[in-house]
Amino acid sequence: MNSILDVAAIKRDFPIFSQEMRGGKRLVFLDSGATSQKPIQVMDAERNFYSTNNAAVHRGSYLLAERASEAFEGARDRVAQFIGAQSHEIVFTKSATESLNLLAVSLERTTGSLQVSEGDEIVVSELEHHANLIPWQELAKRTGAVLKWFEMNEDGSLNLSKIDQIITSKCKVVAITHQSNVLGSVPDIAPIIAAAHAVGALFVLDGCQSVPHQPVNVQALDVDFLVFSGHKALGPTGIGVLWGRQELLSQMEPFLYGGSMIETVTMTDSTWAEAPKRFEAGVPNMAQAVGLAAALDYLDVVGLSKIHQWELHLTNLALKGLKEIDGVKVIGPQGLENRGGVISFTIAGLHPHDIGQVMDQYGVAVRTGHHCAWPLIRKLGLTGTTRASFYLYNDESDVEVFLESVAGARDYFGNR
Amino acid sequence: MELDSLYQEVILDHYKKPHHKGLPVGELQVHHVNPNCGDEITLSLAIKDGKVEDLIWDGVGCSISQASASIMSDLVSGKSVESARVALQEFTELMQSKGTISGDEEILEDAIALAGVSKFPARVKCALLSWMAFKDAAIQNGAEL
Repeated sequence: MNSILDVAAIKRDFPIFSQEMRGGKRLVFLDSGATSQKPIQVMDAERNFYSTNNAAVHRGSYLLAERASEAFEGARDRVAQFIGAQSHEIVFTKSATESLNLLAVSLERTTGSLQVSEGDEIVVSELEHHANLIPWQELAKRTGAVLKWFEMNEDGSLNLSKIDQIITSKCKVVAITHQSNVLGSVPDIAPIIAAAHAVGALFVLDGCQSVPHQPVNVQALDVDFLVFSGHKALGPTGIGVLWGRQELLSQMEPFLYGGSMIETVTMTDSTWAEAPKRFEAGVPNMAQAVGLAAALDYLDVVGLSKIHQWELHLTNLALKGLKEIDGVKVIGPQGLENRGGVISFTIAGLHPHDIGQVMDQYGVAVRTGHHCAWPLIRKLGLTGTTRASFYLYNDESDVEVFLESVAGARDYFGNR
Repeated sequence: MELDSLYQEVILDHYKKPHHKGLPVGELQVHHVNPNCGDEITLSLAIKDGKVEDLIWDGVGCSISQASASIMSDLVSGKSVESARVALQEFTELMQSKGTISGDEEILEDAIALAGVSKFPARVKCALLSWMAFKDAAIQNGAEL
């Protein structure tokens, strides 16, 4: 299986792996679901922007301003190409969280058929990260709209048996994750998208856990909006993406007001620029957008299909290994079907924080707790899980150390 | 192993058999959470003749947070508000010390076993959760802390 990816060569591009962790251990980074590590190519792209092209974009008539604008708009083209979209449909935000807040606020402000108001319905699911739940909760509270949701089954799939009652003619917007950040489960979104469109509702896809890890094409998915974050896709922090259909973005009201997003301004009134600039108030995170473009280049050179295949291979090895450790319980999907490269587990009698602390002694970085998805954790009757998430720089020896550290955590407390 | 400085025997003992843990019965109950990890504690107490009485707590959390709650309730129960205030201050300083001080055993008793926590910044909040709940409850019961 080593032929899928040359992980040794990939690892050399990531400087963070060249240092030692506690006790002189090498870093086994299994928290890419929270944020990914960065290859030198991304850091170089940011450094190069600041070293040679730095100026405020879309202003100024001098050479540097032209270069900066070209670099920034080039990054927009790159993102569009990556997800099968048009450049003018790509809005740069500071994060996926901001992208979702932008949508929730804009859909309240926009008058006409897109507007969410009293009596309308908004649909989410129990799988959602807080970032794809709270903006919709608050939108419902502000407007008097009703928040409804799909329940989660124990295997991390969504219960679609009541889909006709959940998505009704009152539904205005449906916002669902492409893959659970906690369990790695991949919900069956196709029938939900169809049901949403059948009643004229918008479908928002949270692609934070999918876009960095597998080919995602917005046209093939037939969604209306897609959000993802740069920092989970080898890119810098401070850059997120909102993709929306042009005919929707062009009707929508701004989220933040200020420079760059206007058409004309007087002391009493202003009008807005066309999308996407309408949604990009202020000097944007330019170097970060350029860094993200370099990250997407990196992912494309390695190949997203291969990355996905490799992550599933590692996940398979880890799942098999975990099942052989007494007291360990894998939470959510048990096999590879409808899942990505994320595994949540518990150890009988141990708190996730204590598990993670012992695993740290092995150089293993995992996430512990509720993973910003508290309703999901409550639904499972848990206080938290320990989560391992894989990426292109992980290999089979990482899985071995991971399994050793899980057994080590169990034994550390079991033997005392 | 560095880990043994964090998970001292006395901590694991308190974790396995926590003291003063049960369903809080006081009229005035405080509920504190650590939103980063979901740890929760509910605590009630009474202040009688300047002393901390009837302290009882319930909660969920890691070994550090549970042991710390157990140790704290042993330390302040039946003691004067003034000695609880001194202990609280000493413990807070210890937790914020990043391992530079070892704590005054005269004041902190079993709580000095938690000194190792201060070297693990992510765990300091686990250790402090119950102490902050105690402080809140004591103040709400009229104590000057």
